[in-house]
Amino acid sequence: MHIIEANDLTKRFGKLVAVDHVSFSIEEGEIFGLLGPNGAGKTTIIRMLSTLTRPTEGTASVGGYDVVKEDDKVRELIGLVSEKIILYDRLTAKENLRFFGRLYNIQGELLNKKIDELLELVELTKWKNSQVGTFSTGMRQRMNVIRAMLNMPAVLFLDEPTLGLDPQSSVEIREFIRKINRENKVTIILTTHMMIEADMLCDRIGIIDYGKISALDTSTNLKKLVSGADSTILELEIPNLTTDMIHSIRSIKCVSTVSQNNSTRIKVNANGDDAFDTIIDAIRTNKGKIISVKNLEPTLEDVFLHITGHEVRDKADQKIKMNRHHMTKPRVR
Amino acid sequence: MGVKNVISHVFIIAWKDLMELFRNKMALAMLVLMPMFMMAMAGFIFPSNTSMSKVSIALVNEDEGYGNYSASSIFINVLEGINNSTEMMVLTNASSFDEVRDMIQRGDVEGGIVITRNFTLNLMTGEQGSIIIVTDQSNPQLSIALQTGLKEVFDQMGTWLAQQNVETLSPLVNATNSLAVVKPYHVETKGAIPGTFNYFDFMAPGLMAMTVMMSVMTGLPAAISHEREIGTLDGMMVAPIRRLGIILGKTLAQTVRGLLQGILILILAIVLFGVVIHGSILLIFALLFLGVFSFVGLGVVITSFAKDQETAMMVMMTLMFPMLFLSGVFFPIQQMPWYMQNISKVLPLTYAITALRKVMILGANLSAITLELTVLIGFGTIMILIALPVFRKAMTR
Repeated sequence: MHIIEANDLTKRFGKLVAVDHVSFSIEEGEIFGLLGPNGAGKTTIIRMLSTLTRPTEGTASVGGYDVVKEDDKVRELIGLVSEKIILYDRLTAKENLRFFGRLYNIQGELLNKKIDELLELVELTKWKNSQVGTFSTGMRQRMNVIRAMLNMPAVLFLDEPTLGLDPQSSVEIREFIRKINRENKVTIILTTHMMIEADMLCDRIGIIDYGKISALDTSTNLKKLVSGADSTILELEIPNLTTDMIHSIRSIKCVSTVSQNNSTRIKVNANGDDAFDTIIDAIRTNKGKIISVKNLEPTLEDVFLHITGHEVRDKADQKIKMNRHHMTKPRVR
Repeated sequence: MGVKNVISHVFIIAWKDLMELFRNKMALAMLVLMPMFMMAMAGFIFPSNTSMSKVSIALVNEDEGYGNYSASSIFINVLEGINNSTEMMVLTNASSFDEVRDMIQRGDVEGGIVITRNFTLNLMTGEQGSIIIVTDQSNPQLSIALQTGLKEVFDQMGTWLAQQNVETLSPLVNATNSLAVVKPYHVETKGAIPGTFNYFDFMAPGLMAMTVMMSVMTGLPAAISHEREIGTLDGMMVAPIRRLGIILGKTLAQTVRGLLQGILILILAIVLFGVVIHGSILLIFALLFLGVFSFVGLGVVITSFAKDQETAMMVMMTLMFPMLFLSGVFFPIQQMPWYMQNISKVLPLTYAITALRKVMILGANLSAITLELTVLIGFGTIMILIALPVFRKAMTR
């Protein structure tokens, strides 16, 4: 039996179809990633699976329980780390955890023990009696994750768990996610728009775009989709790079995208047997001097591009900008 | 999931909300200041019998006297005598009616008294003397107060003059019975309860009910939609707890907040304004609780429909203002036209305030307020029954 099953799951907000007949199943103990740009429908899927939003069409079950008809049973099985941090700033770390623990009817010494254990796990024991409002973003996110772990959920939903975190905090959170998956046998469903994160953490990845899952497989198999289809990914260094040169490469039939990394470096995705020769020829014709050529292994980004026909960054960039104000240093009140 | 669980969740959520409130110094300060401001406003700005003091009045004496005798001088002496003891007015001299008008327009004075040209002559020749009171129509409240106040002064003065006249006319009349000749009877007002009654006794119950109700009405939507906006509501919604527990927990916290303010008002009313409570304190709190109960459902429905905190607050304010005026917090309902009275009769706040007033001022017991209790419980129950499915649906949109 699959721990999570979704059949034709659909959510409409008025005319907008946020999630469009999505079907998938998740194995127990798996880390499953939903990868896609902002607005692709990842959060809505998580909200439907965690009983927070009612599906317009289709069904889903968690641990064998229907998310609509048996929502209370589902709620006992799950933990949710949503994009917004679910903690009260004016309560201390311990008070926050006590509050949420007691909502799950965990009481007395058992709860205290649980809280101490979890705080120890994310190295926040020292800050046990400090108000969460004084915590740094990284500390808050660690708190936010252990909050969802209080009831020992069988399934943990993580909606963009590293959004707005600095690289070090992101690494810490990822390590923690892997640890609870391995040690506590928790099934994890996480959404992200970061390719590296999905690549590093997930056993299987569902690529989602415009409310539809367009590919679902392990990272390795997804990459084979690109490399198997005789595609070429080149990184070229050209000191006398001009916009005309880029334009002419772009106009080659077999080239799908050209992206400029810096003033001398470009990355070219192309398909077909003679792609390599055609690209080099085009640069030569434009009197370009090629210093180095690298044949790159496909990344998830290339997979996304290959499957959806556009880059994931287009939309995701906006989100990062929007959340920049979260990236502040520890606040002191 | 039993009733016991729901109750324990209610207390946990209420505790959490109150902790947040008590750690918010600014909100706490406002919690204490708000009832104080309300009390100050209600206690000091509304007119009572002694409320007019030191109003600047222009005095014009056009009277030319009659020979050596000037009735107007006596009049002014008496007026000043009375004024010295009551400090009702600050008198300024002016030369004519027109000047008084100009002074009122400039805002130098708030009214005027004009003693007409032939005042003494008329009195001496057996005619009525006339005095003009000039009022500022742009300030109707003050204008009415001024008219009433001055009329009383003139009345006293007229009586005094008449007494003197009667005394000089007949040797049979002396200082003790002259008053009985001029004014054969006097009218006295007595209330249903002993002691003096002022406007504040009327206001205090209404203010208490209003404050508690306002706390819940604005606090509940604010608390729920605020948590929805910052995302923490999801933390509760995703836990295996009854939605009723969430609503009641939030309500309990807001009720405690409202009751704290209510108690503060009560204490201020007793200490500062000498309000005497004639009924049972327990019954008063029971009524406040019921008043809150009757409003919870309505608050939840509005929260469910409003998408964000701002909208919820705006809807609440729009509903609350007419309600405050229509339910008799500031003015007795009986003063309103019949159609407005009918609207009042639909509002639960009206019943809460009426019952509270009966208990606080008249010392009524439980049996005297059965109708009000029934209405409050009925309205509250129906609204909560409507609110629950609406809330559940709105939260899983």
